Amino acid sequence: MSGYTEEELKEELKDQEYKFGFTTDIESEKIPAGLSEEVVRMISAKKNEPEWLLEYRLNALRVWMEMTEPEWAHVKYEKPDFQNISYFSAPKKQYESWEDVDPEMKATMDKLGISLDEQKKLTGVAVDFVMDSVSVATSFKEKLSELGIIFSSFSEAVQNHPELVRKYLGTVVPTQDNFYAALNSAVFSDGSFCYIPKGVKCPMELSTYFRINESGTGQFERTLVVADEGSYVSYLEGCTAPMRDENQLHAAVVELIALDNAEIKYSTVQNWFPGDKDGKGGIFNFVTKRGMCHTNSKISWTQVETGSAVTWKYPSCILKGDNSIGEFYSVAVTNNYQQADTGTKMIHLGKNTKSTVISKGISAGQSQNSYRGLIQIAKKAENARNFTQCDSLLMTDRCGAHTFPYIECANNSAKLEHEATTSKIGEDQIFYCQQRGLSEEKAIGLIVNGYVKEVLNKLPMEFAVEAQKLLAISLENSVG
Amino acid sequence: MGKTLLDIKNLHAEIEDEGKAILKGLNLKVNAGEVHAIMGPNGAGKSTLASVVAGKDGYEVTEGAIEMEGKDLLDLDPDERAKEGLFLAFQYPVEIPGVSNINFLRTSLNEIKEYRKEEPISAKDFMALVREKSALVELDAKLASRSVNEGFSGGEKKRNEIFQMAMLEPKVAILDETDSGLDIDALRIVAAGVNKLKNENNAVILITHYQRLLDYIVPDFVHVLADGKIVKTGDKSLALELEEKGYDWLTDVKTL
Repeated sequence: MSGYTEEELKEELKDQEYKFGFTTDIESEKIPAGLSEEVVRMISAKKNEPEWLLEYRLNALRVWMEMTEPEWAHVKYEKPDFQNISYFSAPKKQYESWEDVDPEMKATMDKLGISLDEQKKLTGVAVDFVMDSVSVATSFKEKLSELGIIFSSFSEAVQNHPELVRKYLGTVVPTQDNFYAALNSAVFSDGSFCYIPKGVKCPMELSTYFRINESGTGQFERTLVVADEGSYVSYLEGCTAPMRDENQLHAAVVELIALDNAEIKYSTVQNWFPGDKDGKGGIFNFVTKRGMCHTNSKISWTQVETGSAVTWKYPSCILKGDNSIGEFYSVAVTNNYQQADTGTKMIHLGKNTKSTVISKGISAGQSQNSYRGLIQIAKKAENARNFTQCDSLLMTDRCGAHTFPYIECANNSAKLEHEATTSKIGEDQIFYCQQRGLSEEKAIGLIVNGYVKEVLNKLPMEFAVEAQKLLAISLENSVG
Repeated sequence: MGKTLLDIKNLHAEIEDEGKAILKGLNLKVNAGEVHAIMGPNGAGKSTLASVVAGKDGYEVTEGAIEMEGKDLLDLDPDERAKEGLFLAFQYPVEIPGVSNINFLRTSLNEIKEYRKEEPISAKDFMALVREKSALVELDAKLASRSVNEGFSGGEKKRNEIFQMAMLEPKVAILDETDSGLDIDALRIVAAGVNKLKNENNAVILITHYQRLLDYIVPDFVHVLADGKIVKTGDKSLALELEEKGYDWLTDVKTL
């Protein structure tokens, strides 16, 4: 089975409405808090998973139990009580009706230019909209399945394409990689799966946003993207709308595999609830993202990070194949009491491998923003090249910007360049803009957008426009 | 005589936090159609005057008023003053990396239009305007698409200021030492641009050290600013007299 028919999609939508209609029933099915072998077995059973996947989860749990939470990141937070978290709960409607939606959230979405229909969809109140979008989504899915592209939720992929999932799951981020990756491997809720067949150029941006049966992004998201030989895909994750979630801890794992001559472009806009002005609440976002590049392949990460109270995230590339290319373009904004420790690892294993790292940090309020990067050149990686540019912009004199660049080079033929700047947003720049008729807010938006332009240019056009607005909103009243 | 565009009355201003008085009772009335030159020794408060009128942070007005067409500017934010038709050509134009000159000006122009409840300018009309106005100051078309002032030579920056002035068509333009750092050819070009822009409905205030600029832009009035006040006002001949005698003969009287 290679994709959806319209009939199947309609069936699926029926199920979804059904779920919404019986929210209370589903809620009563929530697994009690705590993490144990029993809980992992229950999660797997509920998802009707094959034996090998249950074993995968159980092994991960055993590994995780032996690990301790890492402390090397430049962030301070109260560690979650892992026995006080519920690891499985059915999707739940966030709001009963449109009237219940937080007015502040509505206002933000208005500013972002999100249509009313979309707003309703995002807050989970619109059944109408889902119905409206059936035709759009159907033609979208039809087009993809004609090309043999698989794009579905992770759970569906486990049922429909177990051989593909089994072949690639955990091959880029092994279970024992780190504390949160191990946790995710044991209890991952759902996520996305994408497979592009040999030689196929995916004709449209694949966006989680369009996936019709998405049941909330989930706490322990698992994403697997496989681009077979000579294929191309551009994948978008997240959206600019503010995302609130009752779950404080988010630990996602994303694995990308670019086989020979393939290219994957992976773009993220992350706008999880950052906590309030006093630093209360907010999401802990501990993400492991990594891509494996085979011969002549290319993986490009672009991220715009504005949300979450604590971010811990290093989208990386293993440049295993000769002539492979890894890229990382990042904008990370922190405001109020947010903390971000983000960057990348470029592991050069193959010959003539190339990597580019452009990181733009913006700190405001009392926030702390760190870049942490590793460029590693293995012994056999002849003629490896890296260019790293790492800029920090400070909006106030109470925030912090830090850089932790690591370089490990075991081959003398490598060429490595590292450039870094730190600057405070200029009062002179703001005044100059104001004297030309721009309000202070507009001026800051313009200056900041100029500063991050190199990175935003890497985003798909529509996403870039939204990201620009998002940056302006994230930095409102932030100069001081 | 045209109507009064800018009226500065008994202006006292000091540097915030330091409490150091810079302007000490300055009066200046500028009418439509007029060109005023403000000259004076270093440290007299010329650039402070420009900054205070434009509303730059860091100064406190302790007494007096600044009115534009009867409207109190001191109540307005810098961007609102600009939208009311005040333009300041900066002595040191600021660089804004990553923001193209074109994008900057279009945002600026449309903000001003919105304030005046006018329709935003179309891309086509805007580009036509850019071509017309950049020719006025012989600004290389390539500079229009480059980042604001980034990598511009000193002369290009100053020409860019006048180009912006041409685009925004202010009622009152203050040119803060626009002539400094210009060679004679660039000075001629800039001056020719200003001359083409001035008309019976607007006014220009030239802040300068040198009478050289006034050979090209002929002022109706020349004021001498010393120790925070205008100590003498005359016509163009005053500038020549200053060139010859310096400022001491004016300031000494005071200090004695």
